[in-house]
Amino acid sequence: MEPAGRRRRRRRRRGDGGARTVRSGLHPGLPALGSRGARLGLHGGCAPPAADNRLKTTKYTLLSFVPKNLFEQFHRLANVYFVLIALLNFAPAVNAFQPGLALAPVLFILAVTALKDLWEDYSRHRSDLAINHRGCLVFSREEKKYVHRFWKEIHVGDFVRLHCNEIIPADVLLLSSSDPDGLCHIETANLDGETNLKRRQVVRGFSELVSEFNPLTFTSIIECEKPNNDLSRFRGCIIHSNGEKAGLHKENLLLRGCTIRNTEAVVGIVIYAGHETKALLNNSGPRYKRSQLERQMNCDVLWCVLLLICMSLFSAVGHGLWVRRYQEKKALFDVPEADGSSLSPVTAAVYSFLTMIIVLQVLIPISLYVSIEIVKVCQVYFINQDLDLYDEETDSQLQCRALNITEDLGQIQYIFSDKTGTLTENKMVFRRCTVSGVEYSHDANAQRLARYQEADSEEEEVVPKRGSWSQRGSIGSHQGVRMMHRTQSTKSHRRTGSRAEAKRASMLSRHTAFSSPMEKDITPDPKLLEKVSECDKGLAISRHQEQPLAHLSPELSDIFDFFIALTICNTVVVTSPDQPRQKQVRVRFELKSPVKTIEDFLRRFTPSRLTSVCSSTGSLATNKSNHKSGSSLLSNLSNDSVFLKLEERLGQPAPSLASNGYSSQAESWASERKPEPGQEQELRYEAESPDEAALVYAARAYNCALVDRLPDQVSVELPHLGRLTFELLHTLGFDSIRKRMSVVIRHPLTDEINVYTKGADSVVMDLLLPCSSEDARGRHQKRIRSKTQSFLNLYAVEGLRTLCIAKRVLSKEEYACWLQGHLEAESSLDNREELLFQSALRLETNLHLLGATGIEDRLQDGVPETISKLRQAGLQIWVLTGDKQETAINIAHACKLLDHDEEIITLNAESQEACAALLEQCLQYVQSRGPHSTPKKTEGNVSVGFFPLCSAPPQSTARGPSLSLVIDGRSLAYALEKNLEDKFLFLAKQCRSVLCCRSTPLQKSMVVKLVRSKLKAMTLAIGDGANDVSMIQVADVGVGISGQEGMQAVMASDFAVPKFRYLERLLIVHGHWCYSRLANMVLYFFYKNTMFVGLLFWFQFYCGFSASAMIDQWYLIFFNLLFSSLPQLVTGVLDKDVSADTLLLEPQLYKSGQKMEEYRPRAFWLNMVDAAFQSLVCFFIPYMAYYDSDVDMFTWGTPITAIALLTFLLHLGIETKTWTWLNWVACGFSILLFLTVALIYNSACATCYPPSNPYWTMQTLLGDPVFYLICLITPVTALLPRLFFRALQGSLFPTQLQLGRQLAKKCRKTLQTPKERFAQGHLPQELKAELSQGGTGSPSESLSKDCALQTSQHLQQPPVCSPEASGEPSTVDTSVPLRENSPRGSPGSSIPGAAVSGECPGHLRRKSLSTSRAAPLQSLFSLPNFSSLGCVSSLSLVSGLGSVLRFSSSSLHVDKRDSEFLSSSPQPEQDLSGLQRQATGYV
Amino acid sequence: MAMNCNPKDEVDGGPPCAPGGAAKTRRPDNTAFKQQRLPAWQPILTAGTVLPTFFIVGLIFIPIGIGIFVTSNNIREIEIDYTGTEPSSPCNKCLSSNVTPCVCTINFTLEKAFEGNVFMYYGLSNFYQNHRRYVKSRDDSQLNGDPRALVNPSKECEPYRRNEDLPIAPCGAIANSMFNDTLELFLITNDSDPTPKPILLQRKGIAWWTDKHVKFRNPPGEGTLEERFKGTTKPVNWPKPVYMLDSEDDNNGFINEDLIVWMRTAALPTFRKLYRLIERTDDLHPTLPAGQYYLNITYNYPVHSFDGRKRMILSTISWMGGKNPFLGIAYITVGSISFLLGVVLLVINHKYRNSSNTADTMAF
Repeated sequence: MEPAGRRRRRRRRRGDGGARTVRSGLHPGLPALGSRGARLGLHGGCAPPAADNRLKTTKYTLLSFVPKNLFEQFHRLANVYFVLIALLNFAPAVNAFQPGLALAPVLFILAVTALKDLWEDYSRHRSDLAINHRGCLVFSREEKKYVHRFWKEIHVGDFVRLHCNEIIPADVLLLSSSDPDGLCHIETANLDGETNLKRRQVVRGFSELVSEFNPLTFTSIIECEKPNNDLSRFRGCIIHSNGEKAGLHKENLLLRGCTIRNTEAVVGIVIYAGHETKALLNNSGPRYKRSQLERQMNCDVLWCVLLLICMSLFSAVGHGLWVRRYQEKKALFDVPEADGSSLSPVTAAVYSFLTMIIVLQVLIPISLYVSIEIVKVCQVYFINQDLDLYDEETDSQLQCRALNITEDLGQIQYIFSDKTGTLTENKMVFRRCTVSGVEYSHDANAQRLARYQEADSEEEEVVPKRGSWSQRGSIGSHQGVRMMHRTQSTKSHRRTGSRAEAKRASMLSRHTAFSSPMEKDITPDPKLLEKVSECDKGLAISRHQEQPLAHLSPELSDIFDFFIALTICNTVVVTSPDQPRQKQVRVRFELKSPVKTIEDFLRRFTPSRLTSVCSSTGSLATNKSNHKSGSSLLSNLSNDSVFLKLEERLGQPAPSLASNGYSSQAESWASERKPEPGQEQELRYEAESPDEAALVYAARAYNCALVDRLPDQVSVELPHLGRLTFELLHTLGFDSIRKRMSVVIRHPLTDEINVYTKGADSVVMDLLLPCSSEDARGRHQKRIRSKTQSFLNLYAVEGLRTLCIAKRVLSKEEYACWLQGHLEAESSLDNREELLFQSALRLETNLHLLGATGIEDRLQDGVPETISKLRQAGLQIWVLTGDKQETAINIAHACKLLDHDEEIITLNAESQEACAALLEQCLQYVQSRGPHSTPKKTEGNVSVGFFPLCSAPPQSTARGPSLSLVIDGRSLAYALEKNLEDKFLFLAKQCRSVLCCRSTPLQKSMVVKLVRSKLKAMTLAIGDGANDVSMIQVADVGVGISGQEGMQAVMASDFAVPKFRYLERLLIVHGHWCYSRLANMVLYFFYKNTMFVGLLFWFQFYCGFSASAMIDQWYLIFFNLLFSSLPQLVTGVLDKDVSADTLLLEPQLYKSGQKMEEYRPRAFWLNMVDAAFQSLVCFFIPYMAYYDSDVDMFTWGTPITAIALLTFLLHLGIETKTWTWLNWVACGFSILLFLTVALIYNSACATCYPPSNPYWTMQTLLGDPVFYLICLITPVTALLPRLFFRALQGSLFPTQLQLGRQLAKKCRKTLQTPKERFAQGHLPQELKAELSQGGTGSPSESLSKDCALQTSQHLQQPPVCSPEASGEPSTVDTSVPLRENSPRGSPGSSIPGAAVSGECPGHLRRKSLSTSRAAPLQSLFSLPNFSSLGCVSSLSLVSGLGSVLRFSSSSLHVDKRDSEFLSSSPQPEQDLSGLQRQATGYV
Repeated sequence: MAMNCNPKDEVDGGPPCAPGGAAKTRRPDNTAFKQQRLPAWQPILTAGTVLPTFFIVGLIFIPIGIGIFVTSNNIREIEIDYTGTEPSSPCNKCLSSNVTPCVCTINFTLEKAFEGNVFMYYGLSNFYQNHRRYVKSRDDSQLNGDPRALVNPSKECEPYRRNEDLPIAPCGAIANSMFNDTLELFLITNDSDPTPKPILLQRKGIAWWTDKHVKFRNPPGEGTLEERFKGTTKPVNWPKPVYMLDSEDDNNGFINEDLIVWMRTAALPTFRKLYRLIERTDDLHPTLPAGQYYLNITYNYPVHSFDGRKRMILSTISWMGGKNPFLGIAYITVGSISFLLGVVLLVINHKYRNSSNTADTMAF
């Protein structure tokens, strides 16, 4: 105990797993509390002290920086290697350089890294300091009041007082709140990103205090868990001085980092402080992953090491032989040892070996790692800065959380996606519902939703006109293309609503979560509205009668209950805009609720008289178990007398219940405060899940508005009934296992205890009260159920999320029985969750079905387009969702994951064996599948169905329709078993898309793991919710969507995107760039070092393998670091092999990264061979030029260095695809730097640099014409072959990427002519004429058209093709227009497509947007003569068709080759001829 | 606090608290650099685009090559191997080193006169002056006249650092192995006149100016060189100490140009070093007229033991230095190859373009 006695904290370790005990820090001499206190004292001393609230995220202190940082840096093997080499250099026998000099590069690298670390640490320190010095009110014992203290001075056990909008400094147990209900609202945005307000409650026992909480009187002891990082869990109990014990849970805890909202002031006791707070425990810094490229690179580094050793060994042997040869011969140049003896050949060889390793160390690029890191940081910077990845709605851009796997983005093969919130917006819109077996289709609502879309498309029409053509022309072609791109991204907001709407929504979302007008303004179904108002009226009339609901027909009462359930069966909080929440003078019940104790219950339901304890046996059983586990609190209550009383009370008839003053009070209050309509509009609902909000808004549309929610009551406003206040007895929250939630309320009209349950249909339908088919009512019920089920199926097919609403009326006895168990569960300390779960299960049975709702989860913007693009890019997309199969399939169709002409294999197995059999069957089917295979079906619970939903003509593709696999969670569990996983994978590999429904988070991660480990594929997982976290963590690249579901996914992810559609650009553009840049840079690094080392190695043949170097040691050491590093960095950061537009237009270019085309072993070795060749050239040309001359070693070596530098730069020049001024500057800088350094170095000191002593060497060289002559010829000679082969390959066997570049260039060039024409207004007429004549255009136009067509064909699918928007069947794949020789392909209808395609290729996007329904392929079909121009080699098959139509089949081979290049859909020749026939028939 | 501007926002619906609005957003700047839209030159390497480069290289290189070749061919050079391994060689007798000093004479004829300044080199083959330990074995400070280094040479000089407890000046293996043959050239004016005319060989002006004046300096001090080098001893292999290398003081000691030239270690095992300069006397007579000469060699330097060769070379120079046929040939060869490749590319380009062009043209 401190002498000052101000603060004290204790913790102890309990035998059963560890807990923490917190006591008030104000009472130093608190007497021991019986045995408990004694135990405390016993263990108190040996436990480590709890952390104070000081935040310290820095890694180093002033003293520890150097050793600690060095220690960390030496974790990198390369650093150790280089230091060892440098140290080796200190041994005189083997040293190659001046020892100090050899250390320089290593020290330089270490210093740079250390500086970076230091800077980072310093900024951390500064932010820590700022946070630590935030102020906060802490209760001081001396002053007996709250005083200002810094955050860092807060200790566990302190009392803090927080005000509205204040940030919580530590994890605080809420003890008092200014809110009359003992509530406090917090915003957890800092913690998990969720913007809705969370409710926190004062610890039970403190909420009753009337006067203000006085910390001095606090004598309780708090026992709670040890600090952990689980944000959603907190368990503990508070032991009052009188020995009473009350449970604590997460509702009582205010977490550090959250903000107090809506509450004036709260007081709490600090439980966890500083680094023990949950917020900080959750904060694990950026993740370190190693990318695939880096792994491959490390492998190649090992090759280099091997090469180095080989070279050194070779030299060593050579030197040994050389020494032996000259040893006896008394060669004048042979230098004996210091003692005059000559070295034995073996010793000489060993020395030579070591020296060679030092001299050739350059082969292992010391700067490689540093350069790669720099490049990656720059790449991340550029990704962050990309405007096209910026989401205006949420004002967020893409975040790169992992800095070192950018290039993995370019190599992804499999994408695993969550559905809800990832593919869909997670903005729930109420679409339709069924009540009591009657379906209300809400057509008006559907129209309203459609209107939102129309409004958007109208705006779209306007957008293109904004950019003025003349301006665009002046900007230049490149800019023009960019602008078009911007416009496209502007337009693609169509789903969310117009831009203005989106803005509005985003603004609103600052106050409330999940509320855009689209979700809020629901147009009610008139029929249903009528019925609702009917029962409202009926109830209003009969409200004072005994059984108000009995007067209604069962249907109407169901409807009434349905809406009541919609309104109150949730956790939606109502807020009004003014903050903090107004303290209303309102009628309060005597007691707080939900019912917390039996006494509560008894007091509420007094007077009571009855006999039996409990009627149902089930309840008895629970009673027993309760007694067993019984807490001390309950045990003294469970005496018979209490229950006697209870039963007495429950036995009373209803009327007397009604007279307990409750409903009348509520009523009077309701009439007092009739809210004006304007204010009602101000109500905002804050829901934990968007579904809930959607339902509450839907109910409001039916005039059943939730107006207030307090912990103990819910108020509902009805037009005629006025405000109804339901007493909220319990809320059984939603969990993913039960898949439902319930509220227990007391109905104000009937005074019955009702349970309203809302949950997944599959669960709720099983919990319904079994109804006998005997009586009419039962039969009626059954009919209703079957009808509801069929509607549910219908909803699912429509892709709606379904929820069932059910009700249960509890008798008082049943309730009492259940309540006892429940209370016990609530107050239990150990496995409270488990007991509560059981308790909920007991309550939610024998339900009465009210109805079901269908909520639409709208697809996000651009999801189908993105998916089709990603597909084209060769990515396999698997969707893993927890949704039901039908919903999932439907969404999959909507987002084009499944095509309608695809065969879907559905795997639903009930058992392991069934699953195995099914898999076997499917595999056989897949293998035997040919064009003639027919779908087959098996029956029984082993149901495998192949649904050729829209079977395409078998001749359209060689392999028949592609396959898709749909598997449900249970089957997936079987399929993931060890013995089946291979088969499953094999099957899945055959399928174009895989859909896993009803899968758990664990299964999701298992699937990812399976694919990753078995297929050795690069995987990407994308998701938005906590259930995706495991999957995101397992995948090579995890992407989180910073959407509506909080930040857990983002926290776990490597990249966070605002929307799914940004994935397209992230992968296809940035991923490709990052990969290609890094791959090229790494290759270049290896080339550079090998070539440089080669020079030294060849020299060994002419210096007796003595490990001599003709290149001055300074150049040798700094060459990599200084002279040649900048240009490659610039290229590594800025080079774009293909422009972003081309990449987006031709996603298949992405495949080059997947196949690792740029950096594969072959490329590496070719590179090495080229390096060897170049070094031979660079060595032997100077050798020959200076052969038998009076040149000295370094006057000869310096030109070689210069030559090497020039060769490197030229080589880089050949490899650089885009030359910006930065590249030029970097290259110029390199040369200048070399010259400057050389000149300065060679004139600085005449005797300082032994042994080379290069005084005036460079100056002399600059006066020597031979120097210039060899500097000219050598690099050219060295690079001629490379240039030649590049050109040859570029012409004869161009890769996809080169084709893309050529295409882009051609299109850009041809842009000029037609645009001028267009400006003159000639083109349209010409085009028309052309069309009417059947097409004879001038070359220039056709060329441009051709480009346009090409690009459109490369698109293959129209970019905007929303399933709802386009009524006609989407003509997306190449086969469609060919198949149907329809009248739609007539010249007339093709004019829009043709006209636009003729406009100018730069405006392709606009074309494809404005004519998204004009099916570009059809228009193409009618213009066969335009298609075979220019960029023939990159034409897709369909464009090749054009020439086929006109000409003999001799050009067929060209087309075949083209299709090979495309590699997307190889089609057989017979197809072509068939199509040709069709087409010629048409022409 | 945020409170004061909240109500207004509620009314006009503008963005809260930030009047500019845009200032608060995280929207990235739309600059060419950040959006990676810097104007760029994007060359595409195909036959068509690259072939001009090849032609240009060819067109530039071939003339340069011819120029160099012609220049190089105009250089007169004669090389006389006097190692004496062949029994017929006059210097063969000197291989067995019982005769000291051994003098041998080699006759040779200049077919054509040497115009301009003529350089006399000695050439050594198979002499590894670039051996790592050999290269290091010197003390630049000592050669620079540093008095401390003079008496205490660098460790690098081992084992030629001290001899009998006296520091060696100049120390190290390089100096120790200095070339010490003496070459003299005589012109036999005509067969009738038996008295040969000695050719004047300049001993100075053969080293780099900076070497002679900056890098190499005699130890400071008054008095004769001998006094200044007091306390040092000659290298083991040398017959006489460093201050007796030459008679003239400005070419003696460390600044003796033969020493300086020797100390500049050759890059390759076959090398030549400038030995003497034969300056043009007047414009009328060639420096070395065609005719009979004989070379008088004081044969000291043993290369036979390690299969080395010794040569004497007389050469004129051009603007690009000594005779060097390689560069010219290289330029011509590379130029021709480049031209050839250009032609190949042209053909390919033509063919390739043809195949695509036919499709184009036939489309109309």
